[in-house]
Amino acid sequence: MIERAWGDGNYDREADEERLAKERRTISRDGPKLTGAKLEARLARTWARPPGFLGWLATVDHKEIGRRYIVTALVFLALGGVLALLMRLQLALPESGLISAARFNELFTMHGSTMMFLFAVPVMEGVAVYIIPLMLGTRATGFPRLNSFSYYMYLFGGLLLWVAFALNIGPDIGWFAYVPLSGPEFSPGKRADIWAQMITFTEVSALAAAVVLVCTILKTRAPGMTLARMPLFAWAMLVTSVMIILAMPSIALCSSMLISDRLVGTQFYNSFEHGDALLWQHLFWFFGHPEVYIIFLPATGFVSVITETFCRRPVFAYPVVVLALISTGILAFGLWVHHMFATGLPRVGYSFYTAASMSVAIPTGLQIFCWLATMWDGRPRFQVPMLYVVGFIVTFVIGGLTGVMVAAVPLDLQLHDTYFVVAHFHYVLIGGAVFPLLGILTYWFPKITGRMMSETLGKIGFWMIFLGFQLTFFPMHWSGLLGMPRRVYTYPAGLGLELPNLLSSIGAFVVAMAVLLFVLNGLWSYFRGAPAPPNPWGASTLEWATPSPPPDYNFAHIPVVESRTPLWDTKDKLPVVTGLRVDDKELLLTTVVAAAPDLREPVPEPSLWPFIAACATGILFVASIFSPWAIVFGAIPTAIAMAAWFWPSQVKRHPEPVIG
Amino acid sequence: MKLATLAFLPALLGACSYQHYQSVFGNAGTDDHQFLTLFAIFMAVCTVMYVAVIAFLIVGILRRRRAGEANVVETGRHHRAHPLMRAGLIGWGAVVSIGLMALAITSFFTDRSMAQSAAHPRLSITVTGNQWWWDAVYNSADASQTLHTANELHIPVGVPTRIILRSNDVIHSFWLPSLAGKQDLIPGRETDISIVPKKTGIYRGQCAEYCGAQHANMAFVVNVDNYPDFINWWRQQLQPAPAPATPLAQAGFDYIAQHQCSMCHNIAGTPVGGQVGPDLTHFASRRTLAAGTLPMSVGNLHDWIADPQSVKPGTKMPKIPMEETDLRAVVAYLETLK
Repeated sequence: MIERAWGDGNYDREADEERLAKERRTISRDGPKLTGAKLEARLARTWARPPGFLGWLATVDHKEIGRRYIVTALVFLALGGVLALLMRLQLALPESGLISAARFNELFTMHGSTMMFLFAVPVMEGVAVYIIPLMLGTRATGFPRLNSFSYYMYLFGGLLLWVAFALNIGPDIGWFAYVPLSGPEFSPGKRADIWAQMITFTEVSALAAAVVLVCTILKTRAPGMTLARMPLFAWAMLVTSVMIILAMPSIALCSSMLISDRLVGTQFYNSFEHGDALLWQHLFWFFGHPEVYIIFLPATGFVSVITETFCRRPVFAYPVVVLALISTGILAFGLWVHHMFATGLPRVGYSFYTAASMSVAIPTGLQIFCWLATMWDGRPRFQVPMLYVVGFIVTFVIGGLTGVMVAAVPLDLQLHDTYFVVAHFHYVLIGGAVFPLLGILTYWFPKITGRMMSETLGKIGFWMIFLGFQLTFFPMHWSGLLGMPRRVYTYPAGLGLELPNLLSSIGAFVVAMAVLLFVLNGLWSYFRGAPAPPNPWGASTLEWATPSPPPDYNFAHIPVVESRTPLWDTKDKLPVVTGLRVDDKELLLTTVVAAAPDLREPVPEPSLWPFIAACATGILFVASIFSPWAIVFGAIPTAIAMAAWFWPSQVKRHPEPVIG
Repeated sequence: MKLATLAFLPALLGACSYQHYQSVFGNAGTDDHQFLTLFAIFMAVCTVMYVAVIAFLIVGILRRRRAGEANVVETGRHHRAHPLMRAGLIGWGAVVSIGLMALAITSFFTDRSMAQSAAHPRLSITVTGNQWWWDAVYNSADASQTLHTANELHIPVGVPTRIILRSNDVIHSFWLPSLAGKQDLIPGRETDISIVPKKTGIYRGQCAEYCGAQHANMAFVVNVDNYPDFINWWRQQLQPAPAPATPLAQAGFDYIAQHQCSMCHNIAGTPVGGQVGPDLTHFASRRTLAAGTLPMSVGNLHDWIADPQSVKPGTKMPKIPMEETDLRAVVAYLETLK
C-alpha cells in the first residue's frame, strides 16, 4: 500500500486500516492465483476478441485499431501519391493540355486534404494507438470504445471524400478552402460541403484519439514509470495530443461556420453583410499551423526512439528534448499569422509573428543537436531505420532553414504561395515526418507482424526515396524563385521553368517507385520475412518485453519500471506487478506524475455500439450536406446509439476473482 | 550530401540566362533589390548553420569506427553526459538564438525601409481583381484625366507608385516578382502595395492566391517606361477609341454595339458601355489577350472570340455563336483599337 504523503494532521491511520480491512472482508477476497502457462491461457481467454465479423467490428483492442489506422492511412498515402504523380505529369511540360484546369484543381485539393487529414495525422495516431500501451507497459488504452469510434469516424470521413471524388463531386477549393472562393456564391454545388464535412469527420476522430492518448499516457503507465522516465515518444505523443485538443476546435468552428454560410444563409464570411473573409484565415491557420507540429512532433518521437536504440545509448539531454517538445507545442500556437503576411494586416504587428516563427527553430535546433550528440557519443549501427534518421536530418534541416527564411516578412512577400514554399513544406513534412515514419514502420514491423523486413530491399528503398525526394523537391526552390506560383495547372514556356519542372516530375516517379518498393517489401516480409527475435534491435523500451506480435493481453504481468531504459538496465530480470485480475479485463492505473499504483480499473468489453454510433453520426454529417434538418433528425439515432454505448452493464459477480 | 550553396549555384546560373521577365532575380524595383540583399544574408547564415549540422553528423558517423564492440549498450553513463557535449549544447543553443535574433532584426529593418521607400507616391493606380483578369484605373483628381484599362500597366521608372488593391469576387494576390513582393486583394477590404521601379523593361506578374478554375491564367504585364514614353502612352490612352476607318471595321463595331459584347465591355467614346468585363478602348495596344493567356495577334484574337471556353475553360466570357463574317469584322475592328 502507498503512504499518503499528503495526509492532513488528523489522519487516523489505524481507523482507516480497520475500515479497509472490513471492506476487504465484505466485498471480496482473492481467489486462486495463476502462474506460467495457465495464467497466459486464462488471460488469452479473458482478452480474446469476440468471434466472427461482428466481433471484428466490435473490437476495442488497441493493437487491432492501431493496425487498421496505419493500414488505412497508408492506403490514403498511396492514393494521395497517385494524385501527386498526375499533377507532376501535367506540370512536366509547359502549357500541357493533359489534364484540364478544373480536374487539376480537384487534384491538388484532394492531394493536400488527403495527405494532411487522412494520412499524416491519422498515421501518427495509429502508430501511437498501437505502440503507446505496449511502450508504457499496460494492457489497453484508456477509453477503448472511444478509440474504436475514432477509427470508424476517420474511415467514414476518408470514404466520403474519396467516394465524392470518384463520383466527380470532389472538392476543388484547395485544402485550405479560403472563403469567399469556398463560399456559397463562388462554389455552388456540393463540392465545398463535402470538403467541410470530411473535415468534421476527421476533427471528431482526431479529438477522440487525442483524448484516448492523453488519458493512456497520463494514467496507465507501468508502476515506476514517472514522467521523468517516460520514453520520448510518449512525451511527443502527449504534447501532440494536447495540441490536437487545443487546435481542432478552431477548425471545427470555422468549417461549421462555412457549412452554415453555405447551407442556412448565415453571413460569417460575407464582407458585404459585415462578415469577414479574413476571419476564415485566422481560424484556419490557428489550427493549420499547429497541425504541422501535430505531424512533426510524433516524428521527432520516432527519431528519438530509433536514435537511442541504434546508437546504443540513451538520447543525450533527455530533459532538453522534453522541454523542446513542450515549448514547440506552445510556440506553435503563436505564429499562425505568418501564413497571412500578404493579407495587409498592420505591418509592425507582423514582426511579432516573424520573431515567434523564428524562435521555433531554437527548440528544434536543440533537439537536432541532442540526436547528433547521441550519435557522436554512441556507437551508431546503420540499419534501415537509422538510415532514415540520417536522411531525416539531412533533409529536414534544409526545410527548417527555408522555414526561417519564409518567417521574415520581406522574404515571405516574395516567396509566399510560390513553389519555394511548396519545396519548403515538403522538406519539412516528407523529410521531417515521412522519413522518420518509414524508419519507425521498419523498426516496429517485427513488433506488429512478428517478422523482419528485408534489410536489402529496405536499403535500396531508402536510397531511392532519399535521392528521388531531393530530385523532386530541390528544383522547386528554383522554380519558385523564377516566379512560379502554387496551385497553377500550367505555366508558360520561356520563363525558365521548364527544366526544374521536368526534374521534379522525374523525381516524383522515382519516389513513387521507392514507396512501391517499401510496400512490396512489407508484403513480402509479412508472408516470407525472417521470424523476429524477441528484441531484434536490442531496444530499451517495454514494447519489446513481450512476444511479437503481442498477445491480446499485451503483458502476462505488468512490468515495474526503475529507469528510463528498463530493458537495458534490468536485462532479463524485469520486475513485475502481481495481483491483477485475470478472469476479467482489468488495468492498473497509476498516478499522473509519480506513476505509483493507484486504481484497478475494469476495461470495457468489446461493443458494436461505437461502430453504430459512428454510422449514425456519419449519416448525420453526410445528410447535413443536403439539409440542415438532418442535424435535428440525425441527432435522434446518434443519441440512441450513444445512450446504448454508455448503458451501464450488469455487474458480474465474482465471489473469488482469479488473479495473476 | 549537397551543400545549400552549391545546389543553388546552378539555379542562380540558370536564372541568369533568362531575362527575368517574371522572377525574383529581376532586381527591377527597390523592393526586389532589398529582397535580394536580405535573401543573400539569410542564405549565407543558413548555409553556415547547415554546414555545421552536416559536419557534426559526418563526424558522428565517422567516429563510430573508434569502437570495436559495436553492440555494447552504454547505460551506466547516461546521467553523466560527456562534458564537451554539455558545453556544445549550450554553445549551439546560444549560436542558434543569436543567429536568429540577428536575422529577425535584419528582417525587421529591411521591412521598415521597404515601408518607407514609397512613403510619398506620385502615381496612384487602383487595381481590382476579378475572376480571372485585372481591372486598372489610373486615379486622378480630375475626372477627365482618369484612365481606365485592364491587364496591362505602364509605370514610369523611378516614380514611387501606389497600387490600391480591391477585389470584386474572391481573394487574389498581386505579384510582380521582378519588382516587389505580393499583396492580396481581399473583397471587402482595401489593401495597397507601393512600387518604385528601377529599370525600364517589360515584366510579367501573376495572381498568386488560388482563385478558382483559371488561377493559372490570371497574369498581367507591367511596362516600366521612361518618363516621356509614359506621358505619351498616358495621353494616347486618354483619347477615346478611334472611329472605324474601313467598312469591315464599321461592320465589326456595329456587331459589338448591337450584340452581347456591349453588355460587359466598355469602349470609351462609343455607346458600347458595359462595366463588367475588361475595358476595350485601347485593347489592341496591349501585349496579351485574356489576362496573359495568349500573346496579342489577329489569329489568337480570332480564336479567342470564336470560343473563349476552349482557350480559357471557365472564363466568364461566353461563347457567342457568330457567323464567320461577323467574327472577322469584329476582329478587324478590335485590331484598330490601338
